[in-house]
Amino acid sequence: MKPDSTPVIEVQGIGKRYGGVVALQDVTTAVRAGQVTCVLGDNGAGKSTLIKILAGVHEHDEGTLAVDGQEQRLGSPREALSHGIATVYQDLAVVPLMPVWRNFFLGSEKTSGFGPLRRLDGDFMRRTAKSELAAMGIDLRDVDQPIGTLSGGERQCVAIARAVYLGARALILDEPTAALGVKQAGVVLKYIAKARERDLAVVFVTHNPHHAYPVGDRFLLLRRGRSLGDFAKADLSLHELTAMMAGRAELEKLGEELSRDLP
Amino acid sequence: MVTAILRRPEIGAAVAALAVFAFFTVYTDQFVSELGVSTWLNSSSRLGIMAVAVALLMVGGEFDLSTGVMTGTTGLIVAVTTTHYGLNIWVAAAVSLAAALAIGAANGIVVVRTGLPSFIVTLGTYFVLQGLNLALVKAIIGGVSVQGMRDVPYYDSIQPVFGGSFTLLGYEFGASVLWWIGFTALATWVLLRTRPGNWIFAVGGAEQSARQVGVPVFRTKVGLFMTTAGAGWLVGMILLFESSSATSERGVGQEFIFIICAVVGGCLLTGGYGSAIGAALGALIYGMANQGIVYAQWDNNWLQTFLGAMLLAAVLLNNWVRRRAEVAR
Repeated sequence: MKPDSTPVIEVQGIGKRYGGVVALQDVTTAVRAGQVTCVLGDNGAGKSTLIKILAGVHEHDEGTLAVDGQEQRLGSPREALSHGIATVYQDLAVVPLMPVWRNFFLGSEKTSGFGPLRRLDGDFMRRTAKSELAAMGIDLRDVDQPIGTLSGGERQCVAIARAVYLGARALILDEPTAALGVKQAGVVLKYIAKARERDLAVVFVTHNPHHAYPVGDRFLLLRRGRSLGDFAKADLSLHELTAMMAGRAELEKLGEELSRDLP
Repeated sequence: MVTAILRRPEIGAAVAALAVFAFFTVYTDQFVSELGVSTWLNSSSRLGIMAVAVALLMVGGEFDLSTGVMTGTTGLIVAVTTTHYGLNIWVAAAVSLAAALAIGAANGIVVVRTGLPSFIVTLGTYFVLQGLNLALVKAIIGGVSVQGMRDVPYYDSIQPVFGGSFTLLGYEFGASVLWWIGFTALATWVLLRTRPGNWIFAVGGAEQSARQVGVPVFRTKVGLFMTTAGAGWLVGMILLFESSSATSERGVGQEFIFIICAVVGGCLLTGGYGSAIGAALGALIYGMANQGIVYAQWDNNWLQTFLGAMLLAAVLLNNWVRRRAEVAR
Protein backbone atom coordinates (compact mmCIF):
# COMPACT_ATOMS: atom_id res chain seq x y z
CA MET A 1 0.00 0.00 0.00
CA LYS A 2 1.32 3.44 -0.94
CA PRO A 3 -0.87 5.91 0.96
CA ASP A 4 1.05 8.97 -0.18
CA SER A 5 1.05 8.33 -3.92
CA THR A 6 -1.09 10.53 -6.18
CA PRO A 7 -4.60 9.09 -6.26
CA VAL A 8 -5.67 7.64 -9.61
CA ILE A 9 -9.08 9.19 -9.05
CA GLU A 10 -9.84 11.92 -6.55
CA VAL A 11 -13.16 13.71 -6.05
CA GLN A 12 -13.57 16.79 -3.86
CA GLY A 13 -16.91 18.26 -2.86
CA ILE A 14 -18.49 16.66 -5.89
CA GLY A 15 -22.22 17.04 -6.54
CA LYS A 16 -24.91 16.38 -9.13
CA ARG A 17 -28.49 17.55 -9.64
CA TYR A 18 -31.15 16.14 -11.92
CA GLY A 19 -33.43 19.10 -12.51
CA GLY A 20 -34.35 20.27 -9.01
CA VAL A 21 -33.44 17.00 -7.32
CA VAL A 22 -30.09 16.84 -5.55
CA ALA A 23 -28.77 13.34 -6.22
CA LEU A 24 -25.31 13.85 -4.75
CA GLN A 25 -23.78 16.65 -2.71
CA ASP A 26 -20.35 17.48 -1.30
CA VAL A 27 -18.73 14.04 -1.55
CA THR A 28 -14.97 13.69 -1.15
CA THR A 29 -12.85 10.56 -1.52
CA ALA A 30 -9.88 9.13 -3.37
CA VAL A 31 -8.67 5.82 -4.72
CA ARG A 32 -5.01 4.95 -5.22
CA ALA A 33 -3.29 2.26 -7.23
CA GLY A 34 -3.29 -1.05 -5.37
CA GLN A 35 -6.12 0.02 -3.09
CA VAL A 36 -9.81 -0.74 -2.85
CA THR A 37 -12.15 2.11 -1.97
CA CYS A 38 -15.57 0.86 -0.99
CA VAL A 39 -18.63 3.01 -1.55
CA LEU A 40 -21.42 1.95 0.79
CA GLY A 41 -24.99 3.06 1.08
CA ASP A 42 -28.60 1.98 0.91
CA ASN A 43 -30.75 2.21 -2.22
CA GLY A 44 -31.07 5.84 -3.29
CA ALA A 45 -27.99 6.90 -1.34
CA GLY A 46 -26.33 8.28 -4.44
CA LYS A 47 -24.00 5.36 -5.18
CA SER A 48 -25.05 5.02 -8.80
CA THR A 49 -24.86 8.78 -9.36
CA LEU A 50 -21.25 8.75 -8.14
CA ILE A 51 -20.46 5.82 -10.43
CA LYS A 52 -22.02 7.54 -13.41
CA ILE A 53 -19.84 10.60 -12.81
CA LEU A 54 -16.68 8.49 -12.53
CA ALA A 55 -17.65 6.44 -15.59
CA GLY A 56 -18.30 9.50 -17.75
CA VAL A 57 -22.02 8.80 -18.17
CA HIS A 58 -23.00 12.07 -16.46
CA GLU A 59 -20.89 15.15 -15.82
CA HIS A 60 -20.76 16.53 -12.29
CA ASP A 61 -22.24 19.97 -11.49
CA GLU A 62 -20.19 20.84 -8.40
CA GLY A 63 -16.75 20.14 -7.02
CA THR A 64 -13.74 18.70 -8.81
CA LEU A 65 -12.73 15.36 -10.24
CA ALA A 66 -9.03 14.68 -10.75
CA VAL A 67 -7.40 11.81 -12.62
CA ASP A 68 -3.72 11.35 -11.73
CA GLY A 69 -3.83 14.76 -10.08
CA GLN A 70 -5.11 16.50 -13.22
CA GLU A 71 -8.58 18.00 -13.06
CA GLN A 72 -10.89 16.47 -15.67
CA ARG A 73 -14.47 16.50 -16.86
CA LEU A 74 -15.46 13.11 -18.23
CA GLY A 75 -17.94 13.74 -21.03
CA SER A 76 -18.46 10.18 -22.22
CA PRO A 77 -17.69 6.58 -21.25
CA ARG A 78 -15.16 6.58 -24.07
CA GLU A 79 -13.34 9.51 -22.49
CA ALA A 80 -13.30 7.79 -19.10
CA LEU A 81 -11.90 4.67 -20.76
CA SER A 82 -9.18 6.69 -22.44
CA HIS A 83 -8.07 7.78 -18.95
CA GLY A 84 -7.93 4.11 -17.95
CA ILE A 85 -11.14 4.17 -15.93
CA ALA A 86 -13.24 1.10 -16.67
CA THR A 87 -16.65 0.44 -15.17
CA VAL A 88 -18.26 -2.94 -14.62
CA TYR A 89 -21.98 -2.36 -14.23
CA GLN A 90 -24.51 -4.39 -12.35
CA ASP A 91 -26.00 -5.51 -15.65
CA LEU A 92 -22.38 -6.20 -16.67
CA ALA A 93 -22.60 -4.46 -20.02
CA VAL A 94 -22.64 -7.75 -21.83
CA VAL A 95 -24.74 -8.68 -24.83
CA PRO A 96 -26.32 -12.04 -23.89
CA LEU A 97 -26.70 -13.39 -27.43
CA MET A 98 -23.12 -12.64 -28.46
CA PRO A 99 -20.31 -15.19 -28.00
CA VAL A 100 -18.04 -14.83 -24.97
CA TRP A 101 -15.04 -13.75 -27.07
CA ARG A 102 -16.97 -11.05 -28.93
CA ASN A 103 -18.25 -9.72 -25.62
CA PHE A 104 -14.76 -9.80 -24.14
CA PHE A 105 -13.46 -7.46 -26.85
CA LEU A 106 -16.63 -5.47 -27.54
CA GLY A 107 -15.83 -1.83 -28.22
CA SER A 108 -12.09 -2.56 -28.26
CA GLU A 109 -11.92 -5.16 -31.02
CA LYS A 110 -8.55 -6.29 -32.29
CA THR A 111 -8.23 -6.10 -36.05
CA SER A 112 -5.72 -7.10 -38.70
CA GLY A 113 -5.23 -5.87 -42.26
CA PHE A 114 -5.63 -2.38 -43.63
CA GLY A 115 -8.21 -0.28 -45.45
CA PRO A 116 -11.17 -2.22 -46.81
CA LEU A 117 -9.58 -5.50 -45.75
CA ARG A 118 -9.35 -4.46 -42.11
CA ARG A 119 -11.04 -7.28 -40.26
CA LEU A 120 -11.52 -8.79 -36.84
CA ASP A 121 -8.65 -10.96 -35.67
CA GLY A 122 -10.92 -13.78 -34.48
CA ASP A 123 -8.15 -16.27 -33.73
CA PHE A 124 -6.27 -13.83 -31.54
CA MET A 125 -9.40 -12.72 -29.73
CA ARG A 126 -10.65 -16.26 -29.07
CA ARG A 127 -7.24 -17.36 -27.83
CA THR A 128 -6.76 -14.28 -25.64
CA ALA A 129 -10.23 -14.41 -24.13
CA LYS A 130 -9.72 -18.06 -23.25
CA SER A 131 -6.30 -17.55 -21.66
CA GLU A 132 -7.27 -14.38 -19.79
CA LEU A 133 -10.29 -16.12 -18.34
CA ALA A 134 -8.21 -19.16 -17.46
CA ALA A 135 -5.79 -16.85 -15.60
CA MET A 136 -8.78 -15.69 -13.57
CA GLY A 137 -9.67 -19.30 -12.87
CA ILE A 138 -12.63 -19.60 -15.24
CA ASP A 139 -12.14 -22.53 -17.55
CA LEU A 140 -14.52 -22.27 -20.48
CA ARG A 141 -14.84 -25.18 -22.83
CA ASP A 142 -15.97 -22.96 -25.66
CA VAL A 143 -15.58 -19.18 -25.94
CA ASP A 144 -18.00 -19.28 -28.90
CA GLN A 145 -20.98 -19.95 -26.63
CA PRO A 146 -23.31 -17.00 -26.04
CA ILE A 147 -22.36 -15.22 -22.82
CA GLY A 148 -26.00 -15.49 -21.72
CA THR A 149 -25.38 -19.19 -21.06
CA LEU A 150 -22.83 -18.47 -18.30
CA SER A 151 -23.75 -18.21 -14.61
CA GLY A 152 -24.02 -14.79 -12.94
CA GLY A 153 -20.69 -15.13 -11.15
CA GLU A 154 -18.92 -16.25 -14.32
CA ARG A 155 -20.33 -13.31 -16.27
CA GLN A 156 -19.20 -10.94 -13.52
CA CYS A 157 -15.70 -12.38 -13.73
CA VAL A 158 -15.66 -12.13 -17.52
CA ALA A 159 -16.57 -8.45 -17.20
CA ILE A 160 -13.80 -7.84 -14.63
CA ALA A 161 -11.24 -9.83 -16.64
CA ARG A 162 -12.18 -7.81 -19.72
CA ALA A 163 -11.63 -4.48 -17.97
CA VAL A 164 -8.30 -5.63 -16.55
CA TYR A 165 -7.09 -6.96 -19.88
CA LEU A 166 -8.10 -3.81 -21.74
CA GLY A 167 -5.63 -1.82 -19.67
CA ALA A 168 -7.82 -0.38 -16.96
CA ARG A 169 -5.85 1.30 -14.18
CA ALA A 170 -8.97 2.10 -12.26
CA LEU A 171 -11.82 -0.36 -11.98
CA ILE A 172 -15.29 0.70 -10.86
CA LEU A 173 -17.46 -2.22 -9.78
CA ASP A 174 -21.17 -1.54 -9.39
CA GLU A 175 -22.72 -3.97 -6.87
CA PRO A 176 -20.83 -6.96 -8.29
CA THR A 177 -21.95 -9.24 -5.46
CA ALA A 178 -25.54 -8.07 -5.08
CA ALA A 179 -27.29 -10.71 -7.16
CA LEU A 180 -25.00 -13.58 -6.21
CA GLY A 181 -25.20 -16.43 -3.71
CA VAL A 182 -22.69 -16.67 -0.87
CA LYS A 183 -20.25 -18.93 -2.71
CA GLN A 184 -20.26 -16.96 -5.98
CA ALA A 185 -19.92 -13.68 -4.10
CA GLY A 186 -16.80 -15.12 -2.46
CA VAL A 187 -15.37 -15.93 -5.89
CA VAL A 188 -15.96 -12.35 -7.05
CA LEU A 189 -14.37 -10.92 -3.89
CA LYS A 190 -11.29 -13.02 -4.65
CA TYR A 191 -11.07 -11.36 -8.09
CA ILE A 192 -11.31 -7.96 -6.49
CA ALA A 193 -8.38 -8.86 -4.26
CA LYS A 194 -6.55 -10.17 -7.34
CA ALA A 195 -7.17 -6.92 -9.21
CA ARG A 196 -5.74 -4.99 -6.25
CA GLU A 197 -2.64 -7.20 -6.30
CA ARG A 198 -2.18 -6.25 -9.95
CA ASP A 199 -1.90 -2.66 -8.72
CA LEU A 200 -5.28 -1.50 -9.95
CA ALA A 201 -7.25 1.19 -8.21
CA VAL A 202 -10.62 -0.37 -7.40
CA VAL A 203 -13.86 1.40 -6.50
CA PHE A 204 -16.15 -1.27 -5.07
CA VAL A 205 -19.76 -0.21 -4.70
CA THR A 206 -21.95 -2.33 -2.44
CA HIS A 207 -24.61 -2.19 0.24
CA ASN A 208 -23.15 -5.15 2.10
CA PRO A 209 -20.52 -4.21 4.77
CA HIS A 210 -19.57 -7.88 5.16
CA HIS A 211 -18.51 -7.96 1.52
CA ALA A 212 -16.80 -4.56 1.70
CA TYR A 213 -14.77 -4.88 4.90
CA PRO A 214 -12.50 -7.85 4.02
CA VAL A 215 -11.27 -6.32 0.73
CA GLY A 216 -11.57 -2.56 1.37
CA ASP A 217 -8.81 -0.10 2.25
CA ARG A 218 -11.05 2.98 2.42
CA PHE A 219 -14.76 3.27 3.06
CA LEU A 220 -17.00 6.04 1.80
CA LEU A 221 -20.46 5.98 3.32
CA LEU A 222 -23.33 7.68 1.56
CA ARG A 223 -26.87 8.41 2.69
CA ARG A 224 -29.46 10.38 0.76
CA GLY A 225 -26.85 11.87 -1.54
CA ARG A 226 -24.54 13.05 1.24
CA SER A 227 -21.34 11.68 2.65
CA LEU A 228 -21.42 10.22 6.18
CA GLY A 229 -17.64 10.11 6.12
CA ASP A 230 -14.63 8.74 4.30
CA PHE A 231 -12.61 6.41 6.54
CA ALA A 232 -9.37 4.48 6.31
CA LYS A 233 -9.64 0.85 7.39
CA ALA A 234 -7.45 1.51 10.45
CA ASP A 235 -9.98 4.04 11.74
CA LEU A 236 -13.04 1.83 11.41
CA SER A 237 -14.02 -1.62 12.65
CA LEU A 238 -16.47 -3.90 10.89
CA HIS A 239 -18.79 -3.38 13.84
CA GLU A 240 -18.73 0.41 13.42
CA LEU A 241 -19.14 0.10 9.67
CA THR A 242 -22.17 -2.15 10.07
CA ALA A 243 -23.61 0.19 12.64
CA MET A 244 -23.31 3.18 10.33
CA MET A 245 -24.73 1.33 7.38
CA ALA A 246 -28.43 1.50 6.68
CA GLY A 247 -29.01 3.11 10.08
CA ARG A 248 -28.73 0.55 12.86
CA ALA A 249 -31.17 2.51 14.99
CA GLU A 250 -33.75 2.27 12.22
CA LEU A 251 -33.25 -1.47 11.93
CA GLU A 252 -33.70 -1.93 15.69
CA LYS A 253 -36.88 0.09 15.59
CA LEU A 254 -38.13 -1.99 12.69
CA GLY A 255 -37.35 -5.17 14.64
CA GLU A 256 -39.38 -3.90 17.59
CA GLU A 257 -42.32 -3.01 15.37
CA LEU A 258 -42.34 -6.40 13.73
CA SER A 259 -42.14 -8.31 17.00
CA ARG A 260 -44.96 -6.25 18.47
CA ASP A 261 -47.28 -7.42 15.69
CA LEU A 262 -46.65 -11.06 16.54
CA PRO A 263 -49.45 -12.73 18.50
CA MET B 1 -18.28 -28.76 -36.06
CA VAL B 2 -21.88 -29.94 -36.24
CA THR B 3 -22.91 -27.65 -33.37
CA ALA B 4 -21.11 -24.78 -35.07
CA ILE B 5 -23.28 -25.30 -38.17
CA LEU B 6 -26.47 -25.80 -36.19
CA ARG B 7 -25.75 -22.60 -34.28
CA ARG B 8 -25.87 -20.50 -37.46
CA PRO B 9 -29.05 -18.38 -37.70
CA GLU B 10 -29.59 -19.20 -41.39
CA ILE B 11 -29.73 -22.97 -40.98
CA GLY B 12 -33.55 -23.10 -40.92
CA ALA B 13 -33.82 -20.98 -44.06
CA ALA B 14 -31.24 -23.14 -45.87
CA VAL B 15 -33.19 -26.31 -45.13
CA ALA B 16 -36.48 -24.67 -46.15
CA ALA B 17 -34.96 -23.32 -49.40
CA LEU B 18 -33.73 -26.79 -50.32
CA ALA B 19 -37.14 -28.29 -49.57
CA VAL B 20 -39.00 -25.69 -51.66
CA PHE B 21 -36.54 -26.12 -54.52
CA ALA B 22 -36.80 -29.91 -54.43
CA PHE B 23 -40.58 -29.83 -54.24
CA PHE B 24 -41.16 -27.62 -57.29
CA THR B 25 -38.39 -29.32 -59.26
CA VAL B 26 -40.19 -32.64 -58.87
CA TYR B 27 -43.74 -31.33 -59.03
CA THR B 28 -43.47 -29.04 -62.10
CA ASP B 29 -41.66 -29.27 -65.42
CA GLN B 30 -40.78 -25.64 -66.01
CA PHE B 31 -39.27 -24.85 -62.59
CA VAL B 32 -35.69 -25.78 -63.49
CA SER B 33 -36.04 -24.86 -67.16
CA GLU B 34 -33.85 -22.02 -68.46
CA LEU B 35 -36.74 -19.59 -68.37
CA GLY B 36 -37.92 -20.81 -64.98
CA VAL B 37 -34.59 -20.46 -63.20
CA SER B 38 -33.92 -16.98 -64.53
CA THR B 39 -37.44 -15.84 -63.66
CA TRP B 40 -37.35 -16.85 -60.01
CA LEU B 41 -33.73 -15.82 -59.55
CA ASN B 42 -34.40 -12.35 -60.97
CA SER B 43 -37.45 -11.77 -58.79
CA SER B 44 -35.62 -13.14 -55.73
CA SER B 45 -32.66 -10.84 -56.37
CA ARG B 46 -34.61 -7.58 -56.03
CA LEU B 47 -36.28 -8.75 -52.85
CA GLY B 48 -33.00 -10.20 -51.67
CA ILE B 49 -30.98 -6.98 -51.86
CA MET B 50 -33.57 -5.22 -49.72
CA ALA B 51 -34.04 -8.18 -47.37
CA VAL B 52 -30.29 -8.29 -46.66
CA ALA B 53 -30.19 -4.57 -45.84
CA VAL B 54 -33.33 -4.89 -43.72
CA ALA B 55 -31.75 -7.88 -41.95
CA LEU B 56 -28.68 -5.81 -40.99
CA LEU B 57 -30.98 -3.14 -39.60
CA MET B 58 -33.05 -5.73 -37.70
CA VAL B 59 -29.91 -7.27 -36.20
CA GLY B 60 -29.18 -3.69 -35.10
CA GLY B 61 -32.55 -3.68 -33.35
CA GLU B 62 -34.56 -1.39 -35.66
CA PHE B 63 -37.19 -1.53 -38.41
CA ASP B 64 -37.57 0.49 -41.57
CA LEU B 65 -41.01 0.66 -43.18
CA SER B 66 -39.94 3.22 -45.78
CA THR B 67 -37.86 0.69 -47.74
CA GLY B 68 -40.56 -0.23 -50.25
CA VAL B 69 -41.55 3.29 -51.27
CA MET B 70 -37.86 4.23 -51.31
CA THR B 71 -37.41 2.01 -54.39
CA GLY B 72 -40.16 4.06 -56.04
CA THR B 73 -38.89 7.45 -54.87
CA THR B 74 -35.32 6.92 -56.07
CA GLY B 75 -36.49 5.75 -59.50
CA LEU B 76 -38.85 8.71 -59.82
CA ILE B 77 -36.09 11.19 -58.93
CA VAL B 78 -33.97 9.91 -61.81
CA ALA B 79 -36.89 9.63 -64.24
CA VAL B 80 -38.32 13.09 -63.54
CA THR B 81 -35.03 15.01 -63.41
CA THR B 82 -33.80 13.46 -66.70
CA THR B 83 -36.97 13.48 -68.80
CA HIS B 84 -38.45 16.71 -67.43
CA TYR B 85 -35.42 18.83 -66.49
CA GLY B 86 -32.85 17.35 -68.87
CA LEU B 87 -30.35 16.46 -66.13
CA ASN B 88 -27.48 14.14 -67.11
CA ILE B 89 -28.55 10.60 -66.26
CA TRP B 90 -25.41 9.71 -64.29
CA VAL B 91 -25.71 12.92 -62.30
CA ALA B 92 -29.39 12.16 -61.73
CA ALA B 93 -28.51 8.71 -60.37
CA ALA B 94 -25.98 10.31 -58.01
CA VAL B 95 -28.50 12.92 -56.88
CA SER B 96 -31.01 10.14 -56.27
CA LEU B 97 -28.47 8.23 -54.17
CA ALA B 98 -27.66 11.34 -52.16
CA ALA B 99 -31.37 11.94 -51.53
CA ALA B 100 -31.86 8.33 -50.40
CA LEU B 101 -28.89 8.49 -48.02
CA ALA B 102 -30.13 11.79 -46.60
CA ILE B 103 -33.60 10.32 -45.94
CA GLY B 104 -32.00 7.26 -44.35
CA ALA B 105 -29.80 9.46 -42.16
CA ALA B 106 -32.84 11.52 -41.14
CA ASN B 107 -34.69 8.33 -40.15
CA GLY B 108 -31.73 7.20 -38.10
CA ILE B 109 -31.07 10.53 -36.40
CA VAL B 110 -34.70 10.93 -35.35
CA VAL B 111 -34.86 7.35 -34.03
CA VAL B 112 -31.62 7.51 -32.04
CA ARG B 113 -32.01 11.07 -30.74
CA THR B 114 -35.64 10.76 -29.62
CA GLY B 115 -35.64 7.10 -28.63
CA LEU B 116 -38.99 6.68 -30.40
CA PRO B 117 -39.73 3.25 -31.92
CA SER B 118 -38.33 3.11 -35.45
CA PHE B 119 -41.58 1.40 -36.46
CA ILE B 120 -43.45 4.69 -35.94
CA VAL B 121 -40.78 7.04 -37.25
CA THR B 122 -40.32 5.15 -40.52
CA LEU B 123 -44.07 4.66 -40.86
CA GLY B 124 -44.19 8.45 -40.99
CA THR B 125 -41.43 8.50 -43.60
CA TYR B 126 -43.32 5.86 -45.55
CA PHE B 127 -46.46 8.01 -45.81
CA VAL B 128 -44.51 11.19 -46.55
CA LEU B 129 -42.67 9.49 -49.41
CA GLN B 130 -45.79 7.78 -50.72
CA GLY B 131 -47.56 11.14 -50.82
CA LEU B 132 -44.61 12.85 -52.50
CA ASN B 133 -44.33 10.07 -55.07
CA LEU B 134 -47.91 10.76 -56.11
CA ALA B 135 -48.62 14.42 -55.45
CA LEU B 136 -45.25 16.00 -56.24
CA VAL B 137 -44.73 13.93 -59.38
CA LYS B 138 -48.27 14.73 -60.53
CA ALA B 139 -47.64 18.43 -59.88
CA ILE B 140 -44.43 18.41 -61.91
CA ILE B 141 -45.22 16.21 -64.90
CA GLY B 142 -49.02 16.01 -64.74
CA GLY B 143 -49.15 12.22 -64.34
CA VAL B 144 -48.03 9.38 -62.09
CA SER B 145 -46.02 7.42 -64.64
CA VAL B 146 -42.81 8.50 -66.37
CA GLN B 147 -42.14 7.15 -69.86
CA GLY B 148 -39.55 8.00 -72.50
CA MET B 149 -36.49 7.01 -70.45
CA ARG B 150 -34.91 5.38 -73.52
CA ASP B 151 -34.64 8.74 -75.27
CA VAL B 152 -32.58 10.28 -72.46
CA PRO B 153 -28.94 10.90 -73.54
CA TYR B 154 -26.42 8.31 -72.27
CA TYR B 155 -29.28 5.97 -71.29
CA ASP B 156 -27.45 3.10 -72.98
CA SER B 157 -24.32 3.77 -70.94
CA ILE B 158 -26.02 3.30 -67.57
CA GLN B 159 -28.78 0.83 -68.41
CA PRO B 160 -26.58 -2.35 -68.50
CA VAL B 161 -25.14 -1.57 -65.04
CA PHE B 162 -28.52 -2.00 -63.35
CA GLY B 163 -30.91 -3.43 -65.90
CA GLY B 164 -28.61 -5.52 -68.11
CA SER B 165 -28.47 -9.28 -68.36
CA PHE B 166 -25.85 -11.93 -69.03
CA THR B 167 -25.84 -15.58 -70.03
CA LEU B 168 -24.12 -18.28 -68.04
CA LEU B 169 -24.29 -22.00 -68.84
CA GLY B 170 -27.29 -21.37 -71.06
CA TYR B 171 -29.21 -19.53 -68.33
CA GLU B 172 -29.95 -15.84 -68.67
CA PHE B 173 -29.54 -13.74 -65.53
CA GLY B 174 -30.26 -10.10 -64.81
CA ALA B 175 -27.52 -7.83 -63.52
CA SER B 176 -29.61 -7.69 -60.33
CA VAL B 177 -28.56 -11.26 -59.52
CA LEU B 178 -24.91 -10.18 -59.46
CA TRP B 179 -25.78 -7.16 -57.30
CA TRP B 180 -27.69 -9.48 -54.98
CA ILE B 181 -24.84 -11.96 -54.59
CA GLY B 182 -22.27 -9.19 -54.24
CA PHE B 183 -24.31 -7.29 -51.67
CA THR B 184 -25.02 -10.43 -49.64
CA ALA B 185 -21.32 -11.32 -49.61
CA LEU B 186 -20.36 -7.79 -48.59
CA ALA B 187 -23.00 -7.67 -45.84
CA THR B 188 -21.88 -11.04 -44.49
CA TRP B 189 -18.27 -9.89 -44.44
CA VAL B 190 -19.17 -6.69 -42.60
CA LEU B 191 -21.45 -8.43 -40.13
CA LEU B 192 -19.14 -11.28 -39.13
CA ARG B 193 -15.62 -10.06 -39.80
CA THR B 194 -15.45 -6.33 -39.06
CA ARG B 195 -15.75 -4.02 -36.07
CA PRO B 196 -18.91 -2.30 -37.36
CA GLY B 197 -20.45 -5.78 -37.69
CA ASN B 198 -19.67 -6.50 -34.05
CA TRP B 199 -21.25 -3.18 -33.13
CA ILE B 200 -24.42 -3.99 -35.12
CA PHE B 201 -24.95 -7.17 -33.07
CA ALA B 202 -24.20 -5.26 -29.88
CA VAL B 203 -26.53 -2.28 -30.41
CA GLY B 204 -29.33 -4.66 -31.36
CA GLY B 205 -28.69 -7.14 -28.57
CA ALA B 206 -28.21 -4.74 -25.66
CA GLU B 207 -27.98 -1.08 -26.61
CA GLN B 208 -27.23 0.20 -23.11
CA SER B 209 -24.46 -2.34 -22.60
CA ALA B 210 -22.98 -1.50 -25.97
CA ARG B 211 -22.89 2.18 -25.11
CA GLN B 212 -21.26 1.46 -21.77
CA VAL B 213 -18.31 -0.36 -23.31
CA GLY B 214 -17.74 2.42 -25.83
CA VAL B 215 -19.58 1.20 -28.94
CA PRO B 216 -20.57 4.24 -31.07
CA VAL B 217 -24.32 3.57 -30.99
CA PHE B 218 -25.34 6.71 -32.86
CA ARG B 219 -22.98 6.15 -35.79
CA THR B 220 -23.83 2.46 -36.03
CA LYS B 221 -27.60 2.95 -36.12
CA VAL B 222 -27.58 5.94 -38.48
CA GLY B 223 -25.26 3.97 -40.75
CA LEU B 224 -27.73 1.09 -40.78
CA PHE B 225 -30.65 3.32 -41.76
CA MET B 226 -28.49 4.81 -44.50
CA THR B 227 -27.67 1.29 -45.68
CA THR B 228 -31.33 0.31 -46.08
CA ALA B 229 -32.00 3.59 -47.87
CA GLY B 230 -28.95 3.00 -50.10
CA ALA B 231 -30.19 -0.52 -50.87
CA GLY B 232 -33.57 1.04 -51.71
CA TRP B 233 -31.77 3.23 -54.21
CA LEU B 234 -29.98 0.24 -55.75
CA VAL B 235 -33.24 -1.69 -56.19
CA GLY B 236 -34.91 1.51 -57.43
CA MET B 237 -32.25 1.79 -60.15
CA ILE B 238 -32.62 -1.90 -61.05
CA LEU B 239 -36.41 -1.58 -61.41
CA LEU B 240 -36.07 1.69 -63.34
CA PHE B 241 -33.54 0.41 -65.86
CA GLU B 242 -35.12 -3.01 -66.33
CA SER B 243 -38.50 -1.52 -67.21
CA SER B 244 -37.21 1.88 -68.49
CA SER B 245 -40.15 3.48 -66.74
CA ALA B 246 -41.07 4.73 -63.29
CA THR B 247 -44.44 4.85 -61.59
CA SER B 248 -45.62 6.49 -58.39
CA GLU B 249 -47.08 3.27 -56.95
CA ARG B 250 -43.90 1.24 -57.23
CA GLY B 251 -42.69 -0.54 -54.11
CA VAL B 252 -45.73 0.21 -51.95
CA GLY B 253 -46.51 -2.78 -49.75
CA GLN B 254 -43.17 -4.48 -50.30
CA GLU B 255 -41.67 -3.37 -46.98
CA PHE B 256 -43.33 -6.20 -45.03
CA ILE B 257 -42.12 -8.79 -47.53
CA PHE B 258 -38.53 -7.64 -46.89
CA ILE B 259 -39.07 -7.98 -43.14
CA ILE B 260 -40.66 -11.43 -43.61
CA CYS B 261 -37.68 -12.58 -45.72
CA ALA B 262 -35.30 -11.37 -42.99
CA VAL B 263 -37.27 -13.16 -40.26
CA VAL B 264 -37.51 -16.37 -42.29
CA GLY B 265 -33.73 -16.00 -42.68
CA GLY B 266 -33.28 -16.15 -38.91
CA CYS B 267 -33.48 -12.53 -37.74
CA LEU B 268 -35.04 -11.97 -34.33
CA LEU B 269 -37.72 -9.27 -34.20
CA THR B 270 -36.12 -8.10 -30.97
CA GLY B 271 -32.71 -7.56 -32.57
CA GLY B 272 -29.20 -8.78 -31.84
CA TYR B 273 -29.42 -11.98 -33.85
CA GLY B 274 -29.66 -12.81 -37.53
CA SER B 275 -27.70 -13.20 -40.74
CA ALA B 276 -27.34 -11.64 -44.18
CA ILE B 277 -27.13 -15.00 -45.95
CA GLY B 278 -30.30 -16.06 -44.14
CA ALA B 279 -32.18 -13.02 -45.44
CA ALA B 280 -30.93 -13.73 -48.97
CA LEU B 281 -32.21 -17.31 -48.59
CA GLY B 282 -35.51 -15.97 -47.27
CA ALA B 283 -35.87 -13.92 -50.44
CA LEU B 284 -34.95 -16.97 -52.51
CA ILE B 285 -37.67 -19.02 -50.80
CA TYR B 286 -40.19 -16.29 -51.56
CA GLY B 287 -39.08 -15.97 -55.19
CA MET B 288 -39.15 -19.74 -55.75
CA ALA B 289 -42.57 -20.18 -54.13
CA ASN B 290 -43.96 -17.22 -56.04
CA GLN B 291 -42.94 -18.72 -59.38
CA GLY B 292 -43.40 -22.36 -58.43
CA ILE B 293 -47.07 -21.78 -57.59
CA VAL B 294 -47.57 -20.32 -61.07
CA TYR B 295 -45.91 -23.33 -62.72
CA ALA B 296 -47.92 -25.72 -60.56
CA GLN B 297 -51.02 -23.92 -61.86
CA TRP B 298 -52.38 -23.37 -58.40
CA ASP B 299 -54.40 -20.37 -57.35
CA ASN B 300 -51.90 -17.57 -56.86
CA ASN B 301 -53.44 -16.65 -53.52
CA TRP B 302 -51.90 -19.78 -51.98
CA LEU B 303 -48.69 -17.74 -51.91
CA GLN B 304 -50.08 -15.62 -49.08
CA THR B 305 -50.98 -18.71 -47.08
CA PHE B 306 -47.58 -20.23 -47.69
CA LEU B 307 -45.87 -17.00 -46.71
CA GLY B 308 -47.83 -16.72 -43.49
CA ALA B 309 -47.08 -20.32 -42.53
CA MET B 310 -43.36 -19.83 -43.27
CA LEU B 311 -43.32 -16.70 -41.16
CA LEU B 312 -44.98 -18.37 -38.19
CA ALA B 313 -42.70 -21.39 -38.40
CA ALA B 314 -39.65 -19.12 -38.60
CA VAL B 315 -40.71 -16.98 -35.64
CA LEU B 316 -41.34 -20.08 -33.51
CA LEU B 317 -37.97 -21.54 -34.48
CA ASN B 318 -36.12 -18.25 -33.84
CA ASN B 319 -37.83 -17.87 -30.49
CA TRP B 320 -36.74 -21.32 -29.43
CA VAL B 321 -33.17 -20.65 -30.56
CA ARG B 322 -33.04 -17.41 -28.60
CA ARG B 323 -34.37 -18.93 -25.41
CA ARG B 324 -31.80 -21.67 -25.65
CA ALA B 325 -29.05 -19.09 -26.09
CA GLU B 326 -30.16 -16.71 -23.36
CA VAL B 327 -31.02 -19.05 -20.52
CA ALA B 328 -28.15 -20.37 -18.45
CA ARG B 329 -27.49 -24.07 -18.84
